[in-house]
Amino acid sequence: MNPALIVFFVLAALSVIGALSLILQKHPIHSALSLIVVMVSLAGLYLSMGAEFVAAVQIIVYGGAIMVLFVFVIMLLNAGEEEHTDFSKLAKFGGLPLALALTGLLAAAMIHHAGSVPNPANPDALASTSSISMMLFSTFVYPFELTSFLILIAIMGALVLAQREKT
Amino acid sequence: MNAVSSFLAQSGGFWILTMIKIALLLFIVLTVNAYLTWFERKVVALMQSRVGPHRVGPHGLLQPAADGLKFLFKEDVMPGGVDKFVYLLAPFLALTLALASLAVIPFGPNPLPFKFFGHQIDLWITNPDIGLLVLFSITALGVYGVALAGWASNSKYPLLGGLRSSAQMVSYELSMTMSVVGVLLMANSFSLTDIISEQDSSRWGLLGWNIFTLHGGFPQIVGFLCFFISAIAETNRVPFDLPEAESELVAGFHTEYSSFKFAMFFIAEYTSMITVSSLCAILFFGGWNSPFPATPFWQFAHYIPSLILIPFGLWIIYDGVKYETIFGKLILPGIGTAITALGAVLIIFPAVNEYIQGPFWLLSKIFFFLFFYVWARGTLPRLRYDQLMNIGWKLLLPVSIANVIITAGFVLFRGAP
Amino acid sequence: MVPTQYYLILSAILFGLGAVAFVVKRNIITLFMSIELMLNAVNLAFVAFSQARGKLDGQVFVLFVIVVAAAEAAVGLGIIILTARNRRSLNVERVDLLKL
Repeated sequence: MNPALIVFFVLAALSVIGALSLILQKHPIHSALSLIVVMVSLAGLYLSMGAEFVAAVQIIVYGGAIMVLFVFVIMLLNAGEEEHTDFSKLAKFGGLPLALALTGLLAAAMIHHAGSVPNPANPDALASTSSISMMLFSTFVYPFELTSFLILIAIMGALVLAQREKT
Repeated sequence: MNAVSSFLAQSGGFWILTMIKIALLLFIVLTVNAYLTWFERKVVALMQSRVGPHRVGPHGLLQPAADGLKFLFKEDVMPGGVDKFVYLLAPFLALTLALASLAVIPFGPNPLPFKFFGHQIDLWITNPDIGLLVLFSITALGVYGVALAGWASNSKYPLLGGLRSSAQMVSYELSMTMSVVGVLLMANSFSLTDIISEQDSSRWGLLGWNIFTLHGGFPQIVGFLCFFISAIAETNRVPFDLPEAESELVAGFHTEYSSFKFAMFFIAEYTSMITVSSLCAILFFGGWNSPFPATPFWQFAHYIPSLILIPFGLWIIYDGVKYETIFGKLILPGIGTAITALGAVLIIFPAVNEYIQGPFWLLSKIFFFLFFYVWARGTLPRLRYDQLMNIGWKLLLPVSIANVIITAGFVLFRGAP
Repeated sequence: MVPTQYYLILSAILFGLGAVAFVVKRNIITLFMSIELMLNAVNLAFVAFSQARGKLDGQVFVLFVIVVAAAEAAVGLGIIILTARNRRSLNVERVDLLKL
């Protein structure tokens, strides 16, 4: 039981508890806080895998911008606790077992094909920011420029959607 | 941080050393926070031609202690209808994040000359390769303390104040991070110690700092101004403190918080002021590099710490001997003697003097930026909210992006320093 | 050293939990958050594979996934705000008429 395994189990347990809490909480703001816990623990897992830049970007962008957007929307729309209606019996009794079956299928497939997934040859390697940026600007320069267009379109879309009605 | 497994497999001595460093740093920073409030009240008062706190101790020096006691003994009111978990979480989150950002700030270049059970004692808690990104992550998460506090208070004014304040923080975060990219282009690393070593001032002194960079790159004056203004907005200080102003929104997002929870927000704000001031000093003003070059002609500059400390100590002794109360007559000369003795020790032991140069310059730069913060508070009027957001998005963000582009061009053609 | 399949099983569990949340919950915003959870699970799988193969392609792709998720969250939340204002409810089962 080396220390890396302990760190993995602690962070994995934290992320699974966060995900469960997302499902079980009634108020959307508590679900948002649980999702933040999941994201921070995933950032810790990325850090333990040597992907330090991705971990920092995960916290800054996902945890510090996207989730802030979610929290703002929950506050602005004054989202209350979930009301209980009768519509969801099909979802609860049909969808839940199916989703659990999906999880089981994925996990079983991964364990079954465990031989073809290589273990990391160099688990202590640290991915430096300069090597990621080299790759981003040489091999992946076309998707990089496309994502800048995507962000521009998203900004314009959000602006159009947020306009007040001209009445 | 090296690879995770080798990091975690360090012996127990390393963990104990880190715990001791953390405890020491927390103690020092919390004391500095307390006396920063005293300093602010005194300076703002002197700027407004009044005296400030001068009753509670000699020159009001025990005012922070009195304030702390007041915060501890006040009644802790929790308003009805609040979401208890989030209401209690918000000040903890704000304080924890503000204090956590101090872990990556380096205070001096050389480790201490003695070792702790075989472990070298550096003057920082940790020095990761992505130190600056860690600071930005913590700043990004700091928005939650404010937003959740505003929402959880179940009241109109805190909600408005919290929303405005968090929108302001998110907007100025962008220009804050973009204005630092120029420094990163020249330093080629995210690690704060690397950034400081790159601003090598041994030949040109003051002009080697990132704000002037005679030896490569582009002077980061515009970057510094953008960073400092964005940082003032980020920490919700005057002139950007509309969300917590008393005449506008009662007290903004911390209206419904009393006693110790309010004190937590207060400490979080002042600690983030200290963090931002040290970032300014490290990124743009050379960190622990002295403004004088390291040539033999400027050797006398090594005595500047003593030259400042000894007269200051003597002045405190002189002031204390004539003080009205007996307590002042005892304490002030005591403090003055300690400071004079410290200055004398620096002259007598040159090895200690050499060692203390780095931390002295860094701490004096941090002190200068904190004074600048307080000066801005005493002088500038408050910005209206739409003016605030205009400046953030329409002025600072384009200017910092232009700074990045121009610096990148200069680094290409002139070479990084 | 942590074997890669541990990370993959964790990614599968998180993805499954995200799918469960998507099916069971009725608040629009919570549904959106479960989509983000599924995207995060996929990111974890990418980084695990990137570490296993020793190449950095997985991590660069994670950056793209994060950017796309950000764009999607911005536009999606705008749509949610408008829909919630029109229907005056955040319950996803109330949006059940073809005419808004």
